[in-house]
Amino acid sequence: MQEIPGDLKFMKSHEWARVEDKGTVTCGISDHAQGLLGDLVYVELPSVGDTVKAGNAVAVVESVKAASDVYAPVSGEIVAVNESLPDKPETINEDAFGEGWLFVIKPDNLAEEQAELLDPDAYAELIENEDH
Amino acid sequence: MTQKTILNEAHRALGAKMVDFGGWDMPLNYGSQIEEHHAVRRDAGMFDVSHMTVVDLRGARTREFLRRLLANNIDKLKTSGKALYSCMLNEQGGVIDDLIVYFLSEDFFRVVVNAATRDKDLAWIERQAASFGVEVRERPELAMIAVQGPNARAKVLDLLPAESRARAEKLGKFAAIEGEGPDAMTLFIARTGYTGEDGFEIVVPEAQAVGLWNRLKEAGVAPAGLGARDTLRLEAGMNLYGQDMDETVTPWEANLGWTVSLDEGRDFIGRSVLEQQKAAGDHGVMVGIVMDEKGVLRHGQRVVTANGDGEILSGSFSPTLGKSIAFARVPAGTTGDLQVDIRGKLVPVRIVKYPFVRDGKAIEGI
Repeated sequence: MQEIPGDLKFMKSHEWARVEDKGTVTCGISDHAQGLLGDLVYVELPSVGDTVKAGNAVAVVESVKAASDVYAPVSGEIVAVNESLPDKPETINEDAFGEGWLFVIKPDNLAEEQAELLDPDAYAELIENEDH
Repeated sequence: MTQKTILNEAHRALGAKMVDFGGWDMPLNYGSQIEEHHAVRRDAGMFDVSHMTVVDLRGARTREFLRRLLANNIDKLKTSGKALYSCMLNEQGGVIDDLIVYFLSEDFFRVVVNAATRDKDLAWIERQAASFGVEVRERPELAMIAVQGPNARAKVLDLLPAESRARAEKLGKFAAIEGEGPDAMTLFIARTGYTGEDGFEIVVPEAQAVGLWNRLKEAGVAPAGLGARDTLRLEAGMNLYGQDMDETVTPWEANLGWTVSLDEGRDFIGRSVLEQQKAAGDHGVMVGIVMDEKGVLRHGQRVVTANGDGEILSGSFSPTLGKSIAFARVPAGTTGDLQVDIRGKLVPVRIVKYPFVRDGKAIEGI
């Protein structure tokens, strides 16, 4: 299991969000989530320019075992997607918090929505409780 | 209560991700089910299949009993050690279970049935056996390890003492011997499997199962979980009970007609319904499906055809082909191109002849 980086925020549905210096938000799914899904074989990403709303499904990750929606942690505009993932979805299994990022959002309402997300300790507690 | 095989600790020690499978705590994978899949296709892998139910049938009239119990004809088995795949049907022609039966001697046959159907299978077999005076004895003290892949047989043979090795080496497909394993274990070695690869399924007393597992591991056989087992058997075109057929489905509807023997004068359970359905010819059929688009076909998805809707039965990603494959049940007469409803989007798919993969390679046209 990968260590949870301290600069991430999480949704209960296992998406992570990192606020970058320039104010954009990079998003992915947690290492715990990729572990639950198993080998990923397919990723459906949003398009750059899409407007997304916090809590809405904006991407799909599929493993051999199951398909899972990925929700936007914050509202805003998609300004980048990880183009390498459709050909190498296993990158998410290998490095969920790094190379396996899914998309970047230019947020509309960061301050307010960020407060809704879990910090790493709260997220660690959540998955700890899920395991038992 | 969840049951555990004798190898449960061994799986956990290897870091397996465990899941409940038909009431058994079984390894889904040991890290990557795709790597385990490739290990079986390219080299050798092993599966703990001790959850499967071994049932020994004894009595002078056992063959006569099996003529009645099974849709396939037990009289195809003429040589001791030979095995037969068959469905066991209810009176309505529905599949109670699919199984392998081994002919050991005229008063001793061995049947291996699925884990999830154990209780109803045993109840049904016992009920039918009573009037034939056949003794039905489950063998829960036996574990089972399937060793599969192009190098599987060689790796097993290397572990056997000379005499057993010589006999196991000569074993034809779908046949079994009793022999001696490493450390003087008593093994039942069958050249059968559920992956489309060559290999053995080995029945071993529980007390020696961990020892055999470790010997195989030292010989370079990769532990593989139920996840890989599922993608391997689907690529190989093999049905999964509960997903591709059940008690509401006849063998004709599950593309298992090849296992039904309508030989003259044999009154097996379910036969009259099968004959009626065959004559009517209007039953649904099971076909192989390939999707060239990205995405994964899943059990229960709706299939749209010119003749009406069908549904995906077993569906998964095929690691060998790098795209999704499935079985689907569709209305009689369905041909050509179909669509599958994937989360509200209609995606084109093709009907193909299966198996999808043979001898580690994609079949032409897939």
